[in-house]
Amino acid sequence: MSRVNRATAAQSLSVSLTVGAYGVAFGAASVAAGFTVWQSCLLSLLTFTGASQFAVVGVLGAGGSAISGIATATLLGVRNTLYGLRMAPVLNVKGLRRIFAAQLTIDESTGVALSQEKIGLREMRQGFWLTGFGVFIFWNIFTLAGALGAQAMGDPAAWGLDAAVPAAFLGLLWPRLINKTDRLLAVAACALALAMTPYFVPGVPIISTAFLAVFFGLRARVWK
Amino acid sequence: MEINTIDPFWLAVIGTSVLAFILKYLGHNVPKSWLSNPRALKINSLIPIALLSALVAVQTFTKDSMLIADQRLAGVGVAVLALILRAPFPVVVISAAATSAALFHIQ
Repeated sequence: MSRVNRATAAQSLSVSLTVGAYGVAFGAASVAAGFTVWQSCLLSLLTFTGASQFAVVGVLGAGGSAISGIATATLLGVRNTLYGLRMAPVLNVKGLRRIFAAQLTIDESTGVALSQEKIGLREMRQGFWLTGFGVFIFWNIFTLAGALGAQAMGDPAAWGLDAAVPAAFLGLLWPRLINKTDRLLAVAACALALAMTPYFVPGVPIISTAFLAVFFGLRARVWK
Repeated sequence: MEINTIDPFWLAVIGTSVLAFILKYLGHNVPKSWLSNPRALKINSLIPIALLSALVAVQTFTKDSMLIADQRLAGVGVAVLALILRAPFPVVVISAAATSAALFHIQ
């Protein structure tokens, strides 16, 4: 990994800053829910998967039990297993590096890696590591800032962060939607997740779309 | 320490973190042979597309398990337009944020 692709590095940094900044909202939400500043920072360092973190502080903040908080957060974290499955052959690492790779396997690092697929394997790896470490650093700094009472920033929606995060994921996904199967799958996954949202606990609608991927994957073979 | 004296917040922090890491680590340790056939490879490459698409939809259209169209939809709509016009990634994200923030303040 001698030379870093500039476009890959730029994209990794954009994603890291955008998503990292959302850590302010997490830090503030966590403290508001009754977690200490230290506990909030530990959640960002150790759990390090945003959706799960928001879920667990949301449940406990609403008076839910620790067990139901852990269960909801874990359900949301299942997708990281699937990302790891995809990233393992790309990264091809062992031992301590594999432990770091696992901890950094989140929506963002996987998303950036996949968006480099057309450029090459080396860029996929760079995208994964740069984004993984970048989000880790910014997410934790901003969590501390939020937890320490950066409520001066107020509602993240006032800064457009609530739209910036899905826009960032969409931007990552966009170059990957190259053929009809991919585009159909993306639209079907959106529709299924939205249709399920009112009836299932958070996390289930998103994970369920993995079944769509299996179905489309089986069909894609038939078409060949 | 008895189980009922454990602070629920500490239990939540530790439980969530341990399980989150186990889930991440599992994915990296599936035997390669499981993914050697082309069909498994195809499915494996489609799964993140489905999950990330669903994530975008849920983050754009839902709030507290309800479907809703608010300033985020306008922001993401502008992002789609920027992507169609082949705008660079930071432009996509910033235009979405600016649109959403502007509508938030008008409301």
